[in-house]
Amino acid sequence: MIHEASYVAIAAFFAFVAVTLGISFYLGGKAKSSQGYFAAHGQIPWFVNGIAFAGDYLSAASFLGICGMIAFYGYDGFLYSIGYLAGWIVALFVVAEPMKRLGKFTFADALDAKFNSPGIKLAAGISTLAVSVFYLIPQMVGAGVLVQPLLNFPHWVGVVIVGATVIVIVVTAGMVSTTWVQFLKGSLLVLFSAILTVMIWARGFETKEGGIDGHVFRTLTFDADIPQNEWPLPPDLAGASMRPLTGTASQRTFIAIGNSMWSVEAVPGKVILHEAQTVQKLADGTLLVNGEPLGTKKGDPELHPVGYVSKLPGGEQKTGPLGPLSFFSTLQESEVVLWGKDTVHGEDGEPVTVYFQKPTPGSQVLRPGEHPSFKGIRSGKLLDKLNFLSLMLALFCGTASLPHILIRYYTVKDESAARKSTIVGIASIGFFYVLTLYMGLGAMTSGSMDLTDSNMAAPLLAKSMNEWLFAAISAIAFTTVLGTVSGLILASAGAVTHDLMASYLKIEMSDHEKVRVAKITSVIVGVIAVVLGIQFKNLNVSYLVGWAFSVAASANLPSLAMILFWKGVTRQGVITAVLVGMISSLGWILLSADTFTGVYGLSADQALVPFSQPGIVTIPLGFLTLVVVSLMTRKK
Amino acid sequence: MDTHNSRIGLVLFVVYLLLYGGFVFLNAFAAEVMSTTPIAGVNLAILYGFGLIVAALVLALVYGFLCKPTDDETAARGDKK
Repeated sequence: MIHEASYVAIAAFFAFVAVTLGISFYLGGKAKSSQGYFAAHGQIPWFVNGIAFAGDYLSAASFLGICGMIAFYGYDGFLYSIGYLAGWIVALFVVAEPMKRLGKFTFADALDAKFNSPGIKLAAGISTLAVSVFYLIPQMVGAGVLVQPLLNFPHWVGVVIVGATVIVIVVTAGMVSTTWVQFLKGSLLVLFSAILTVMIWARGFETKEGGIDGHVFRTLTFDADIPQNEWPLPPDLAGASMRPLTGTASQRTFIAIGNSMWSVEAVPGKVILHEAQTVQKLADGTLLVNGEPLGTKKGDPELHPVGYVSKLPGGEQKTGPLGPLSFFSTLQESEVVLWGKDTVHGEDGEPVTVYFQKPTPGSQVLRPGEHPSFKGIRSGKLLDKLNFLSLMLALFCGTASLPHILIRYYTVKDESAARKSTIVGIASIGFFYVLTLYMGLGAMTSGSMDLTDSNMAAPLLAKSMNEWLFAAISAIAFTTVLGTVSGLILASAGAVTHDLMASYLKIEMSDHEKVRVAKITSVIVGVIAVVLGIQFKNLNVSYLVGWAFSVAASANLPSLAMILFWKGVTRQGVITAVLVGMISSLGWILLSADTFTGVYGLSADQALVPFSQPGIVTIPLGFLTLVVVSLMTRKK
Repeated sequence: MDTHNSRIGLVLFVVYLLLYGGFVFLNAFAAEVMSTTPIAGVNLAILYGFGLIVAALVLALVYGFLCKPTDDETAARGDKK
């Protein structure tokens, strides 16, 4: 999609980022000691910390990924919302208070409180690094997505801007400023999402035959007994060459008429052609959209924006304002045009990506199981069902094992403050997740969706409402990424400084040196994140976060939970459980069908594990390893 | 270990686990139930999903209300319990 930079949006955006950085520098100047740098002196008020939890947690995945998935597939993205929130229950009821009681700087502190073993610090430090880097990838991908429509920069520029800004924040400041930035951004994100939701209700639904650029998608109907070469085509198509084609994935029939592409629907006695859209990359690198070279400015050839309601209940044209419940009940009885994607091979054998209309009943949009990664819900295959259960388990167990969430417990005064801030976190995060369903469905019916990028749904929805709102939402989403990335980089820096260097390698460091080591680590981790963010550009960000949750839950949760509830845990048990959980879940992901197709570009059949989500195997494996090794190494 | 608070935490955790497990298993093994529209034309998938979010908040508040301050905190405040 071609984006034109808007000066209003750019001004608002840079003002917001400048304020964020200003706060960061101002507060950063106050935290000199390592206690201040890593844990904000333990002096953050619980309410601020609670909203900062929301700031840390409502990352690019929540805002961009979930909204995008709902906008393209319906209800399914909301399953992530439910799973992400459920994870907080584990964090509050099981992990919060012991974490605060046992640790000081890092998650490894809490695991190691009883044993004082360098081995545990090493294992937990490595797992913190692995999870943080995995979680960083989607944040960086999201950053690139955000600056595209706003500033009209290429994806990689966005990733580099975020990387550089975050490194500056973390190097100059630390936990105090990161927390206040998160507080600011968390409250604004929830507030503006609420405004956007109210605007979606007020707008209601309206039937359309195309997106907001005014293009009407055509439908041609012919009698089945007329031979193809005698079809009475409209003037602009008459006489053009016709080629029937078959979609490689769906086996659907398409027909190319001149430069245009149509999907063919056969009903008794009729042949109906629906206008489709195409993207083709030529050998010389030129990108063709709908048969013409992609333009560079507004008005040039580009893919038409999509996402509209085609039928409303009772044949109405427009609903007018709706309420929170009538929004769903109206959509339930309507029909929405979603778009499918397939590949056909043109005359020269080159692959052409075809996007075709899929008119979908509202009742189907609002039920779970339409997205490919949730096919287990509708499939009869046990393996698909296990894949679904596995993902939901990883989301449930993952939150309480994420290092950048866990270190936030060290920024408050005591256990009671840890508890209260988690409750505030749950309230604000839960409220936001309720809004994601409205925002995603609002985006789906806004006529402004970019077929090639589901991550862009929420910002484009805002843009379809109002330029200012778009600027505000983009700026907040951008600081969202900044905040989450700073939190993750701080967690990694803490792990390297305290767990690996001070505890494992036993390097004596003064306070000042510790902070310096942490800052150097931040720069290195930041650069790694930038490179990976550019590499993984094409995956939905929520999907990637699902992986990070699986690794976190498999590596960290077994030890964290068992130390609290079983006295028989041994040092060796913890070390092996962390390593086995981490290696098995990472290995499983790297060998799965989703990675084979999405990252290596291989066929799904070649994958070496039976389903893609590791959690249901590797989380129990982590627990089992812990128990077995602990029993074997128990002192008589 | 503060047994009072952690026991409450564990009980509430199990309550939520059952609610969440119910949702996940209904989706996996009786997906068509999720498409039914029991209240106000809104389907069960949305109602149950919103319900889980509200339940999380309610249980969190119950926990916050029932938990006692830990020993350190009471000591710090100078209470002589």
